[in-house]
Amino acid sequence: MIVVNCPNCGPRNSSDLRPCGELTPRPDPSTASLSEWRTYLYLRENPAGWVTETWYCRNGCRRYFTIQRNTATNEIRDSEAP
Amino acid sequence: MTGNRLPERPGEVIDRGTSLAFTWNGQGYTGYQGDTIASALAASGVEVFARSMKYKRRRGIMTADHWDPNLFVQVGDEPNVRAGSRCLVAGMEVSAQNVWPSLKFDVGAVNQMVGRFLTSGFYYKTFMRPKWFWHNVYQKVLRKFAPGGRIFWESSTHGAYDKRYAHPDVLVAGGGPAGMGAAIAAAEAGASVMLVEHEPELGGHLRWGDAADLAALAELTSAVEAHPGIEVVIDSTVTGRYDHNWMAVVQRSHEIAPERLIKARAASLVVAPGLIERPYVFAGNDTPGVMLSGAVRRLINLWAVKPGTRAVVLSANPEGDAAIADLEAAGVEIVAALDARAGEDIVEVEGRGRVDKVVLGDGRTVSADLVVIGIGWTAPTSLLNMAGDRPVYDPSAARYFPNQLPDGVLATGGITGNGTTDELVAHGRATGSLAASRALRSRHDRRVLAARARNPEGPKPEFLQDTRTPLARVPHPECYRSSTHGMVDLSEDVSSKDLVQASKEGFDSIELMKRYTTVTMGPSQGKLETVNASAVLAEARNMDMVDIGTTVWRPPYAPISLGALAGRIFEPIRRSALQDWHEAHGASPLLAGQWVRPDHYGDPVGEARNVRQNVGIIDVTPLGKLDLRGPDVTKLLELVYVNKWQKLDIGRVRYGTMVAEDGVVSDDGVTGRLGENHYLMTTTSSGAGAVWEMLEDYLQTYRPEWDVHVTAVTGGLTSINVAGPKCRELLLRLVEGVDLSPEAFPYFHVRRGSVAGVADCIIWRIGFTGELSYELHVPSGHALHVWESLLANGEDLGVRPFGVESQRILRLEKGHYIVGQDTDGLTKAPSAGLGGLVKLDKPDTLGLPELKAAYARTDLPMLVAIQPDDPQVVPMEAAQIVDGDSNRILGRITSSRMSPTLGRSVCLGQVDPSLAAAGTKVTILLIDGRRVTGTVQEHHAHVDPEGVRQNA
Ligand SMILES: [Zn+2]
Repeated sequence: MIVVNCPNCGPRNSSDLRPCGELTPRPDPSTASLSEWRTYLYLRENPAGWVTETWYCRNGCRRYFTIQRNTATNEIRDSEAP
Repeated sequence: MTGNRLPERPGEVIDRGTSLAFTWNGQGYTGYQGDTIASALAASGVEVFARSMKYKRRRGIMTADHWDPNLFVQVGDEPNVRAGSRCLVAGMEVSAQNVWPSLKFDVGAVNQMVGRFLTSGFYYKTFMRPKWFWHNVYQKVLRKFAPGGRIFWESSTHGAYDKRYAHPDVLVAGGGPAGMGAAIAAAEAGASVMLVEHEPELGGHLRWGDAADLAALAELTSAVEAHPGIEVVIDSTVTGRYDHNWMAVVQRSHEIAPERLIKARAASLVVAPGLIERPYVFAGNDTPGVMLSGAVRRLINLWAVKPGTRAVVLSANPEGDAAIADLEAAGVEIVAALDARAGEDIVEVEGRGRVDKVVLGDGRTVSADLVVIGIGWTAPTSLLNMAGDRPVYDPSAARYFPNQLPDGVLATGGITGNGTTDELVAHGRATGSLAASRALRSRHDRRVLAARARNPEGPKPEFLQDTRTPLARVPHPECYRSSTHGMVDLSEDVSSKDLVQASKEGFDSIELMKRYTTVTMGPSQGKLETVNASAVLAEARNMDMVDIGTTVWRPPYAPISLGALAGRIFEPIRRSALQDWHEAHGASPLLAGQWVRPDHYGDPVGEARNVRQNVGIIDVTPLGKLDLRGPDVTKLLELVYVNKWQKLDIGRVRYGTMVAEDGVVSDDGVTGRLGENHYLMTTTSSGAGAVWEMLEDYLQTYRPEWDVHVTAVTGGLTSINVAGPKCRELLLRLVEGVDLSPEAFPYFHVRRGSVAGVADCIIWRIGFTGELSYELHVPSGHALHVWESLLANGEDLGVRPFGVESQRILRLEKGHYIVGQDTDGLTKAPSAGLGGLVKLDKPDTLGLPELKAAYARTDLPMLVAIQPDDPQVVPMEAAQIVDGDSNRILGRITSSRMSPTLGRSVCLGQVDPSLAAAGTKVTILLIDGRRVTGTVQEHHAHVDPEGVRQNA
């Protein structure tokens, strides 16, 4: 279980939070093609290395924030509120 | 029976004043307080404890500790107890487990019969063909061989298990001299320390050492005990190390639980497990009476047990030499003291059930009943490997050493090198200081991060470089195998011959060999055998040990019971303000998500009928309730619901369905407008949390410029649905400030007023039951008063409470679907029959492209109402709807009940679109294999499709 730093609550067990996955911008639904939409829904880069992730401070301040996490080592860098 | 008990030893841990009676295989024995099961039996002359897994060979004490590979016994209803470490308790009923055919019977004949099946890879070779043989023969034979004990799952007396969370600055794994030194130094530096020791007492090898060792132990122990910053956890093992120093500690004896899991987050981990003595491979090396030097020293010095009478000792190190001195002091005759450093060796041990003759390297055969092996050590680097280290083999010292560790993990003691007690303690202390300084830096960081306002307690401590003087690597001969073949894995019965054969068959990498032969896969998990296995493979392939490597150490390092892993469940149970009342009035409890709810009050059908005829009240508090305020609420509603929300007047309520971004129906509920910028949204009970988080997600990350504030009020408002033809009459007696007439307060409207004197209740006219009904949202502190007032004032109207089951009957009669029951993870909006509700012409709504695509399709399943043609047949929910000829699955029943109103069975089901037209006959496959027919109905509602009753 990794420790994630919430910008409001400080370091927390990841079980206190909900991982929301790689930060993926939502396309404009009125213009996006179905293929673009499904890329947004299902396809992720999933690199073995640094990735920007969204987390939700579910048992704390209930803010969504992003962190940089190295998926190979679980090293974590600066967290910030969106 | 105290035949092997010695006169008092200076370091003994037994209390000779306290005798403990116990039984072994039904016979009475006694031991002393402080004995383990194994030491008490050994003191009484027991030599054979078990039969080995495959060959059913007799096995005795090998290491006399937790890792002893064959000392697994049944204690009462507890199987697989490790007799080498479990302390004796008065009255224990101990027995050997699965010793088929028996502990004493000679199974040589059986062995010859089955032996040829049991060579390398026998799992893969023997049991493959023919297929029917698996069930009929192999499984039965294998079950007889399985070495485990018996479980008594119906009558277990083990009570509750527990778990604990701990947050020490420094966690020290291992309470020997180095670990104790580390704990003391870390605590002196101001760190909070958890010191975890595998054995029941601190001290490591000092406990069975000489007078100087015992003196050093006493000094260290009192220093540890004197420091308030050190928590000592004994009879416990750090069994796993995970990311960010998250440790699993299994605590084997605890006053309130037979086993407890401690989940510890430490800034620094100090790994100080000492060394594990390694067996030696030669013919007959598993015969009872062949013991490691540590085992005889522990037996003699801790429990005052004489391990034999005539001993052959093979020693390659000072600890092996010390065993000779201990044996002599215990009155054991040394038949031969062999020095492995000078090339002396043991070739073979003969004897059935006990060592009898020993063939030495020089060709002599001597008679003896004890063989003592002190030929080397295995570094238990498990926790280091889990921290990412890849320890490196050093042939000059004949063991592995740590290589590269992250800053938060430090190693000390025997695992890093050799030293006198003073040197070990000094290295431990230096390690403890380093661990503390790194932990205090991390504590400082944590406080800075935790809250900007909190005091980080001064400046950040400096980062100390590692300037420890390493412990020496004392040269040690590489002793792995004699000139003969013997057992490598005593838990799994894998011999060096098996490994050589596997290598010849091509399974010549250590990881492949492990899977193929099962070496290191037994209860020992490699602690005793992994390095010997590598050595045998290196020899077979004529390679260097360094190039062979070892199998990967993974958690758990020490075994942990499933009970401890489950532990105590910390999930809270939610109860409405009325749940006590429900229970006092005979409600049958229903666990629904986190909530406990009244399923019914004894008569669900009668309760349902009463709603149709008179008036009923139900506690629907778990219904999710979100208070929405702000000028942009309408925009939010437009985004998250599939329908339109711009023209909702104050005082109006609207039904809405939500889909996720993939177009799948995710939730539904009603939302009412209470004021200009004030709305109340309801969600399904199970979706309350998820909808709240979803709203926050879009408000925080997608439209942060929208001015909307969401407050969850699910528990704050107790929700009571008052339903039935007489409900208006009942409420007229209790409601003030609201005109309840149908003209002033029609269906799908909301008002605020007082109920039974409770001001500011929200009243909306909606309902799930299909009857005239009002839903009251009452401040929870006054809920019981309102509930009891409704019952007291409606006696003449026939008011009765009803539970969730009645509500399910009523809603199914009315054809209302439940998200998650009548829909599933693939149900897109068109399948749910939402029809005109969904507006595809909105610029933005969740899942809009998927909705558009879904409405262009004609192949999606449809949710329809179905009535079985035999009105008495109620198909089970999830019963399949099949093609009558081909048996192709064309759908399923999603909800079914006997309808008390219609006196017939009613269903909802998802069907292939070809079956969705009203009047279509469908074939339903019942669970007993019968097929019945049913008819698709025109409306979802079986009762009152026109809505006359609810609009009354
Ligand atoms: Zn937070």
